[in-house]
Amino acid sequence: MEKAVRKYWPVFLLPTAAAFCVGFLYPFIQGLYLSFCSFITIDRAKFNGLENYKYALTDATFLHSFWFTALFTIVVTILINVGAFALALALTSKLKASNLFRTIFFMPNLIGGIVLGYIWQILLNGVLTLLEKPLLALDERYGFIGLLILMCWQQIGYMMIIYIAGLQSIPDDYIEAAKIDGATEGQILWKIKIPNVMPSITICMFLSLTNGFKLFDQNLALTGGEPAHASEMLALNIYNTFYGRSGPQWRGYGQAKAVLFCIMVIIISMIQLRATRSKEVQQ
Amino acid sequence: MEKRKSIKSKILFVVLLVISLAWIYPIFMIFINALKEDRSITTSTVFQLPTSETFAGLSNFVDALTSKGFAQAFGYSLLITVTSVALILICCSMCAWYITRVNSIISKILYFLFVFSMVVPFQMLMFTLASTADKLGLNTPFNICIIYLGFGAGLAVFMFCGFMKSIPLEIEEAAMIDGCNPIQTFFLIVLPILKPTLISVGILETMWLWNDYLLPYLVLDRKKYMTIPILVQYFQGSYGKVEMGPMMACILMTVLPIIIVYLVCQKYIIKGVIAGAVKG
Repeated sequence: MEKAVRKYWPVFLLPTAAAFCVGFLYPFIQGLYLSFCSFITIDRAKFNGLENYKYALTDATFLHSFWFTALFTIVVTILINVGAFALALALTSKLKASNLFRTIFFMPNLIGGIVLGYIWQILLNGVLTLLEKPLLALDERYGFIGLLILMCWQQIGYMMIIYIAGLQSIPDDYIEAAKIDGATEGQILWKIKIPNVMPSITICMFLSLTNGFKLFDQNLALTGGEPAHASEMLALNIYNTFYGRSGPQWRGYGQAKAVLFCIMVIIISMIQLRATRSKEVQQ
Repeated sequence: MEKRKSIKSKILFVVLLVISLAWIYPIFMIFINALKEDRSITTSTVFQLPTSETFAGLSNFVDALTSKGFAQAFGYSLLITVTSVALILICCSMCAWYITRVNSIISKILYFLFVFSMVVPFQMLMFTLASTADKLGLNTPFNICIIYLGFGAGLAVFMFCGFMKSIPLEIEEAAMIDGCNPIQTFFLIVLPILKPTLISVGILETMWLWNDYLLPYLVLDRKKYMTIPILVQYFQGSYGKVEMGPMMACILMTVLPIIIVYLVCQKYIIKGVIAGAVKG
């Protein structure tokens, strides 16, 4: 059978492979090369060695956006996972109308980042006006908190669904047996529920970690990086380096930043793969 | 003991009710503002319900649909999403079948590259991808689906491969012995078995494509074609005063179809999300 299928590669393999080369492979390799060049259009790229990387690693806005992103990612990961797990616990406790609640909490996840960003910009600016505080785009701290609220609103429902699936897969016998043995609810939670949903916890932790780290649309729509690049996260910083300025050097700098960004994301994902695999062995 | 438990669950119910009301409030806020006159929407009045003076009827919606180009943007978004998802589902399932059934170096390399492409952030190739698309003339809503097939192939192939491995080979071998060629085997035998995975992948890709902003923004010819996210961004980014009324109407008309589709196919969407999360 393998032989018969092998002959049909132009039908099965070629369309996707060709599109993949156009839509990913070629731009990726070209991007890698261009990070060592100075260019405005690709046809007229001039090789300039590690110049771009030197600039990227000393650029104050890039370093600031790195710390901003790192802090944001850590805080948002904790908030989302604690919130989502608490909701999942509440909704699996045989409550009235829990399906309705689940429907509502999950809903924001389907709305796109740009639209979400503007909805929350309008809402939060309204709240800030009522409190007689500066608007989102004028104060870095409010921009940070605003992004946190927005991301929690969007992602908690998603992670909650994954936690609910994890909690529901715990056999009822375990919990029944613990109850008969006189375990308190706290003990059931810490000794039975949490260890049994460890795979879900790993998945959710890393999903929110990568989502937070790669955040772009919401950042662009909610604060646009204002004031003066202070609320700019890595992805937006790269974008602004590319398209926000003119001059042959900026595109090269942007591409070098993008490569560094890509390496950071790959490292996070490698750790994720390790963590998920080691958890699978335990199960 | 029983009584204490029922009080506890009542408190929990009330708490959840309050949270869920807060959860839908942003959408409600957009709704009340979309009905207000443009000039009565400011940061200090966004929380007020429309009164007889500020009520604007449907004029914001009419304005958004006609002069602001929402109808076209909706059409383009729909066209791009439908063609791309269809192409991704067919091509990637075929590709995944080949990769799992033919054990060669090319299959292995391709599989590795597909998985790798899931990790790479879009910023890494945004500039080069846009210029490649431009050179090949893939910059209209009618053929941007080819770019999406290439860029979105990773997740789809990965999920299909994960499921393909669990299909017993015997069924396909029996079909081949009975005289099916590989194309018939795939479309008549494999594809029907794949249906649940097709739905899951389709939902994940639809959620991504419908909301995608940066790729179409960079690839499409901006003066001619706008998708919904680009239009909403354009409202804020354009010069002069932001027209809040039509913008609210646009946002509401963007959000409502999503909510309706979600309420109708909730079961599939949630299943798709769980499948995607566990695999991804």
